[in-house]
This record gives sequence, structure tokens and C-alpha cells, in this order.
Amino acid sequence: MLLIDCPHCGPRAEIEFRHAGEAHLVRPGGSDESADWGAYLYARDNIRGRATERWRHVHGCGQFFNAVRDTVSDAFECTYPAGESRRTGADIA
Amino acid sequence: MSRTPFGGRIDRSRTLGFTFDGVTYTGHPGDTLASALLANGVHLMGRSFKYHRPRGVLGSGVEEPNALFGVTRGPGRFEPNQRATCVPLVDGLVVESQNRWPSLAHDAGALNDLGAAFIPAGFYYKTFMWPPRAWHRLYEPRIRAMAGLGRPTSDSDPDRYAQCWAHAEVLIIGAGPAGLAAALAAAAGGGRVMLCDQDEEMGGALLAATDETIDGQPAADWLAAALATLAAAPNVRLLPRTTAIAYGLHNLVTLAERRTDHLAAAEAHGARERQWQVRARRVVIATGAIERPLVFPNNDRPGIMLASAAQAYAARWGVRVGARAVVALDHDSGYRAAAALADAGVAVAAIVDSRAAASPALVAEAEGRGIEVIAGQAPADTRGRMRVTSLGIAPVDGDRVGPPTRWIDCDAVAMAGGWTPSLHLFSQSRGKPVWDEARGCFIPSRSVQAETSVGACAGHFDLAACLRDGWAAGGGSGAAPRAQPRADAGTSVARRHVEGTRRRAWVDFQNDVTAKDLRLALREGFRSVEHIKRYTTTGMATDQGRTSNVNALAIAAQQLGVGIPEVGLTTFRAPFTPATFGGFAAYARGALFDPVRRTPMHDDAVAAGAVFEDVGQWKRARYFPRGAEDMDAAVARECTAVRTAAGLFDASTLGKIVVAGPDAAAFLDFLYTNPMLKLGVGRCRYGVILRDDGFIYDDGIVARLAADVFHVTTTTGGAARVLDHMEDFRQTELPGMRVWLTSITEQFAVAVVAGPRARDILAPLVEGLDLATAAFPHLSVADCTVARLPARLFRISFSGELGYEVNVPASHGRALWAALLAAGTGHGLTPYGTEAMHVLRAEKGFVIVGQDTDGTVTPDDAGLGWAVGKAKADFVGKRALLRPAMLEPDRKQLVGLIPVDGTTLAEEGAQLVDAAAPTRALGHVSSSYRSAAAGHPIALALLRGGRARIGGTVEVAGLDTAANTPMRIVAPMFYDPDGGRMSG
Repeated sequence: MLLIDCPHCGPRAEIEFRHAGEAHLVRPGGSDESADWGAYLYARDNIRGRATERWRHVHGCGQFFNAVRDTVSDAFECTYPAGESRRTGADIA
Repeated sequence: MSRTPFGGRIDRSRTLGFTFDGVTYTGHPGDTLASALLANGVHLMGRSFKYHRPRGVLGSGVEEPNALFGVTRGPGRFEPNQRATCVPLVDGLVVESQNRWPSLAHDAGALNDLGAAFIPAGFYYKTFMWPPRAWHRLYEPRIRAMAGLGRPTSDSDPDRYAQCWAHAEVLIIGAGPAGLAAALAAAAGGGRVMLCDQDEEMGGALLAATDETIDGQPAADWLAAALATLAAAPNVRLLPRTTAIAYGLHNLVTLAERRTDHLAAAEAHGARERQWQVRARRVVIATGAIERPLVFPNNDRPGIMLASAAQAYAARWGVRVGARAVVALDHDSGYRAAAALADAGVAVAAIVDSRAAASPALVAEAEGRGIEVIAGQAPADTRGRMRVTSLGIAPVDGDRVGPPTRWIDCDAVAMAGGWTPSLHLFSQSRGKPVWDEARGCFIPSRSVQAETSVGACAGHFDLAACLRDGWAAGGGSGAAPRAQPRADAGTSVARRHVEGTRRRAWVDFQNDVTAKDLRLALREGFRSVEHIKRYTTTGMATDQGRTSNVNALAIAAQQLGVGIPEVGLTTFRAPFTPATFGGFAAYARGALFDPVRRTPMHDDAVAAGAVFEDVGQWKRARYFPRGAEDMDAAVARECTAVRTAAGLFDASTLGKIVVAGPDAAAFLDFLYTNPMLKLGVGRCRYGVILRDDGFIYDDGIVARLAADVFHVTTTTGGAARVLDHMEDFRQTELPGMRVWLTSITEQFAVAVVAGPRARDILAPLVEGLDLATAAFPHLSVADCTVARLPARLFRISFSGELGYEVNVPASHGRALWAALLAAGTGHGLTPYGTEAMHVLRAEKGFVIVGQDTDGTVTPDDAGLGWAVGKAKADFVGKRALLRPAMLEPDRKQLVGLIPVDGTTLAEEGAQLVDAAAPTRALGHVSSSYRSAAAGHPIALALLRGGRARIGGTVEVAGLDTAANTPMRIVAPMFYDPDGGRMSG
């Protein structure tokens, strides 16, 4: 069971959380005819390695937040509140 | 008696009685079932799985493959397949042997052994091929009847089980010398330390130590002092009888603590087992090593066991495993076992050392005790049926040992085949074992998690090294506990095998896999160790191949002409040892298995004789039978009552969310397809929620209580996910909006009064509100009092009749229900359940999300295109509705179906087909009921291009040979199409 560091509550066991898919997907406006909606809805990177993903601390503060997790080792590199920009390697270091 | 006159760690001042297959024996506190049986001279403890060979105990701990018993600890407390080496002896224990008929000594199944040539590895894949039909009828039932060992009980488990969580700076698994040294060091460091050990007593190999000293003290004295130090340390928790069964992610280790099995029934209080989830900053794995048997013909007779086990029985339990023993070894540790046996009074007839050059010092020490050492020879065969009577040996010639050239009389053989580190937990922590040629075993490589493997499980078999290793891993400063260094050497891997057609050398004792079986699999072309394992079943028994895996790898490597690392290692999986289901289930049984949600009026429904159905975790009244009514009759009566008079329905389970804040209207306008900005205060609107992919997610009523407060309802099953969906958009897409969401599902009891008499029933109870249509029309909401209870009243309808939903605080639910029933007397007010509710709404063509939709249905598909605000700039799902696939005319669309014959009820879920091409599914029946109002069965269905086919026919496919049912396709509306009844 993962140990997840909620940016608002601190480290908690995985059973308090719900995974919420890939992070930093940008939702095109509803009337934007040019946007690639098919890609927004269905195309996911499914990264082997360093993935940025969303979690919700559903049985805690209820907040959605983002995390960088290595999908091979399951190690979390960092977690940060929703709305903050994507963390790069330099930010994490 | 085989008990030594003194010595060992048993309490000789007390005697315990137990029975084995009806015969009474005695033992002492501190005994295991295995040591007590051996002390009574009982070596025949079981029958093997396949050939029903007589078997005795092989080991002294969790590795035991042979001595499996059915153990009874009292009424309902029977457990099969218990390892005798792990069953603590308690007074009154009742045990029975397994896998034998009629008795352990005379077992008819032993005929299998005579026919062994016909049932080699994989025989069932080759034998039971023809005729194909016989597999189900004959072969499989017969094989199932013969397979397995003990039989489980069918009684419900009377014991209680507990679960708990814990955190520690250091968790140490295994309280042998390495683990104890680590714990002593870590305890001094000050953090929270947990030390668990699977044995009845902490100490590991020290419990069977003979002449070892630590820091100048005898090992047993040092052990007692170390345990006393740890017990006195306030930051240390000692968990004996506690097995680390699983090593999970991020250093979460699952422990199974056995709390009462070692106690007599009268002393056993509280939970039988406690399962711990320990999150540790660092884990020290000190799980030790398990000795390997030697592979030679007929190496499975009772009396032949691991040398470490023979030593432990002598030194720890004061039991002589025989009067005259031979120690066969290819590892130096066997010399120590021989000395321990001799010290306990066992005549050691010989030490057979397969290595040409045995250690001169060890040979000299053995010969000093008068023990003959035969170097360069190895076991070649044995004799004895129920107990070994002699061991045949022969010179080693390269990888081969010929037929016996000398027979040595004995009643015990101790095998020292080298050591296999217990890497299970390291492997579960995602570490990769690597082969160490020098030590002849797999050892841990780089740690993946915050873990350190120490002592014998890391390949350090020397006591001094174990202590140093553990001390360092525990963060010890200063000098580690010291012991005399000793360089144990060994060739370690048994590669020898005597060729011969009739003699079998056992590799996996529990699954009856021989070296021949492995060679057969290799001859037949199996190369992957995973395939060899499954074909021969080696290592697949409940002992998980603890004593067999490495020997099997060595045989495969020899046959294939490659090194052991090239053959590879199979995967270690949790649990480390068999774990009770009770420990995993713990509190989640009976009424606590899954939470049950009951509405405030639940007891009234029970009193009215309701039949309930489960909707998620809710119990909902399905129908209220009267007298001998069946469901159809009750539902027809309830529906008629609603259509002609009035019905009373408990809708408390509907999800309810308060959406409040200055931006609440804008928020809902974005979340729902419908325009919400201009919804008037005091008005309601039916709303549809989509996912961004354009498919219907949920539906419900949106009611505006004030400019900045909305009360929205969801489906019963959708309450939690709708709130989650709304929170997601509130937090991540619309973070600037000032809006707050609060679930009030359980805060309100909701009673629906529906039917032409609804207003007549309700009006006298209502204060502060005029119910006349002109003042309070369809789709209105207002706060008022109902039966003097504070209430929120909705005029809405899911039945198609004049309808009101009365919301009162949950604690007033029963009072409301009673008041409404009383007011309805004389008006024909009839309680109705979910089944009638379903019929009534289907007659009106109202969909139920999740029944008439399935996650691929758009609003237009469901006939709800009118609910989509075309003029809105954006809402969740808007853009997706414009994608080409969403606009195809051939999409499945909601239609109504009426049987052409006017009587046949369609099966819900049945496929729709055209008579002309009955193999192509065109959709399915989503709802189907008998309708009293329509006078015939009705159905809702999703039909490809359905709306364009209204007026035509389609067939409901019958299952198997049943005939298809022709249906007329109609609009999904069977009653009061202009809606005058509910809005009038």
C-alpha cells in the first residue's frame, strides 16, 4: 500500500485516496471547434517511469492534488496542490 | 521414550496430554506437536500427496513439508494441513493424520506408489484426453476427490480476529542473533522499534545452540539477557508468534500475530489473531536460512530429516530423533549437528561427507568423539518402510553416485545439504536475488525499499558475522556483540543423483516431485523454470518449495548444462506462510461485512411487511405484499393505487447536495446540460449531468431555494460520484468560482405522496403554503411545515401523477410517515415500493440512469435532447456531443416496445434482432414490466436507429432454443403522453 504525501495533510496511507488519472490535461473550451477533443478525452500517455498524475484525498481533506510518481518503482518524487504548474526534474531537486 | 533425561527449553515440571489418531500421548510446555510426537517415538506422521508414501517430519519449523495434521482446538476450531513443527502443544490438543484410508499405517492409497511408473509428472495432461466428454463427468470429479490433503471444516469460525496499524522507525523481522543484535542497537537509538518473530519463542538459531558463546556468555544466557533488555526498553515492542507475511509498497509490512493458539482453551481470551499493518521507516530483514535436504533415492522415509532439525530436536526440545543416526552432509554445518546429536546421547554411526577433502579440524573433532567420518561418499539408497533402517552409501564420481557399496544400519539420517537464505520478504520488497557461487545460494542484491537484509538471510551463516551484521543495520555504535568466528564451508548444492529406473529421489516432498520428474520435464522440452515448476508442480505446495526450489534448480541446471543463475528463480509471493482468512477478514464479517444503510422510515416499512432489495448499501422497500400476494400482484395493486388514488413512497435514499455561493448558478449551469442561470427562486428543473465525453453520468432535480442556494438531487447510487465529479470541476476547472458543495443525503427523510388524491391528503397537513396549482405549480419548491414538522416541499413527479416530495430532518422521518399515513386514511393512500416506482416511471418513459443508460448513451439517445441548453457557451460534455460519432443517425436510441401478441414479457437485457438477420444485435431491452395502466407488458429498449423505426417491429432474441418475441416499436411513452396528470 502506497504512502502518499497529501500536500495539505501530510503522509497518509493509500486507502484514504482515490486515483484521478493523468494530471495537467488542458480542457479546451466547449465551443473551441479547433481543439482536438478526441485527444483530450481519450489519449493518455500511460508512461512507464516518471508520470504526473492526479489524486484526491477523498477520505481526508477532499482535495485533488498532483503527484509525480515513478510507475515502475512506485516511488513518489513529489506532490503539489492542483493548479500549480507541472513539476520538472529541476523543481523537484 | 526418546526424551533426553535433561536439557532443552521445555518445562519438564508440567505434563500436557494430547491425542493423535485416538491415541493419547504426553509432552511438556515448550514442545511443538512434532517434538512431542518424536519424544514419544512416533516418526510416521503423514502420507505423501500423490504416492501416499509413509512420511515423517523433515524439518523443525515453517519449512516442514511432510508432517501435516488436522488440528482440533475445540468445537468449530478444526484446521487441516497444520505443520506439526508449528503447532504449539497445549493440553487436550486433538490431532489427526491426513490423506490416508483407512489408517495412517495401512493406507489403501499406497497402491499409487506401486503404479508410480504410470503416473509421472504431467500424466494427467496426457492421460485424460479421450473421450473429451469424460473430462467433466469422470476424470475431473475423480481427480478432485483424490487431490488435496486435509479437508476443511464447514463450521463457521467461532474465533475473533483483530486488525491494527502501527508505525515504527525500525521494524526488525526475525529475532535470531542478527535480528536481536539489530534490535539492541536500534533500541539504544531511541526511535520506535518493533521486533517480530514467527516462532513460539524468540531466539532463532540460538534456541538450538550448543556450545556457542556471545560476549563470553553461553548463547542461552546472552539470549535471555538480550530479551530482558529489549522488554524493559520503553521504545521497543516485542511481537513473538508473529509472522511477517507480506512486504508491501513503501515499507508497509503485514504481520500476523497468533495470540491464543499456544494457550489452553480456558486461558484463551480475546482475538485469536491480530493482523498488523506496520509502516516502518526502515525494515531490517533477519529471517534466517533454511537447510536443504540431499537428493538421493528413497530419501523420504520416516527418520530422514534435516540435520538442523535433528540438532534442534536434541538441543531445544530434549528429543533424540533416533537411537543410531547417520549424518550425511555436503556442508560443514552438519558436523555441528552431529556433535549436538552425540551430546544428546544419540549414537552417531557415521558422518558421510560427500566432499573429497573434508575439513581436517572438523574431522578430527568428530573422530575425537568416536564418530567415523567417511569422506568422498554420499547416500545412494535407503531401506525401511515405516522408518528408515539403513542407509546405503557409495563413492562420489564427479556428479554421479553409483549403487550402494556399503549399508549402515540406522534409525535416523540427518541431511546437511547447505543453506537457503529466506529471501521471500526481500523479494516481495521488489529486490532481486542474485546467485552467489562461493556461498552456493541466492542472496539479496541492492535494496529497492528502505530495507536491509542481515544475517543468514543475507548469506552470513557464521554467528559472529550475523551479530556484526545486525548490529550495524540497527545503527549500533560501539562494539557489536562478539562470538567466536567460524568459517563454515560447503559445496552446498546437491547435484548428485543416482541413475536408475526404479529408484526415485525426492526433491519436493510435499508435492511428491522426484528428480526423475524434473528430468522428464526437461526431456519433454520445458526450459523456463516457471514452466518446469508448473508442469511438475515442484515448489507449488503449501511450503512454497522452501526445501526444494534450489535443489530443483540445480538438477535443471545440470541437465541443461548451464549455471543455476541461467535457469532463474521463480517468484516469491505473499503470504510468507499460510495465513488465516480470519486475519484478513477480521471485523468484516456478519453484520459488519459491508455497511448497511437504512432510511429513517425503515422500521415502518418492516412493520408493514415490506420485501427489501439492496440498492448499493441501502435497503429499499421493493413492495408491500398483502396476504398471500406475490410480487406481481402487489406491484399491480400499488401501481393502480397511485394511478387512481394515491401512493406513499420512501425516497430518502436519493442523493442530495446543497450547492451554495454567489457563483452557484453559474457552477450548475456548467455542470448540467440544462440552462440553470435563469431558474427562478422556488422553481425546480430536471437536469442531466454528462461526463466530458458527452455520455449521461447522472440525473436529478435542481431546485433553487435562493439566489445563491440550490438543492440538487442525484440518483441513489450516484450520490457519492456526483459529488466527486462536482468537486473535481470546482477544484480544478473552476477554481475561481465561489461555490461550496455539501452532501445532505442523510440529513433529510423524504416521503413522496403521488396520485390524483395527493393534494387532498397533503393540504390539511401543510402550513405556510398554498398547494393550489396556481400558487404552487408543477416543478415548485418551498419551505413550509408539514404535520408541524419543518419541511422542504417539492412538487415534482417521477410517477406521472400529481406528486409531492416532502423533505424533513431525518429524525422526523417516522413522524412524517405516520402523519401522512393517517392523513391518507379514507383517501386510499397506499405505500408502494421501488418495483412499483419503476413500473410507473417506465409507463411515462422516464429513464433510470444506469438501467436505461450504460455510459455510452447521450442525452439525444435517451430522448433527452430537449434538456440540452444549445445556447450555452460551454458545459461539461458540450463539445463531445458535436463529435461525428455522436451525431450518427444509427446510434442506439431509446424506444418503447410492446409485444405483438399483447402478453409476452420481454427479458431485461435480452438482445434485439431483426427477423431477417437474427444474428446481428441491434440493441437490448433495458426495462420491462407488466403494466396495469397500459393493459399489456411494456418495455424500454436501446435500439440502433430506433426513433426512425417507430411504427415497425423488432424481435427480442430468445435464449438458447427459446423462440424470438416480435415487438412493436413505439415512442417511449405508454401513459398520459401530454403530461396533464402531473402538471394539472
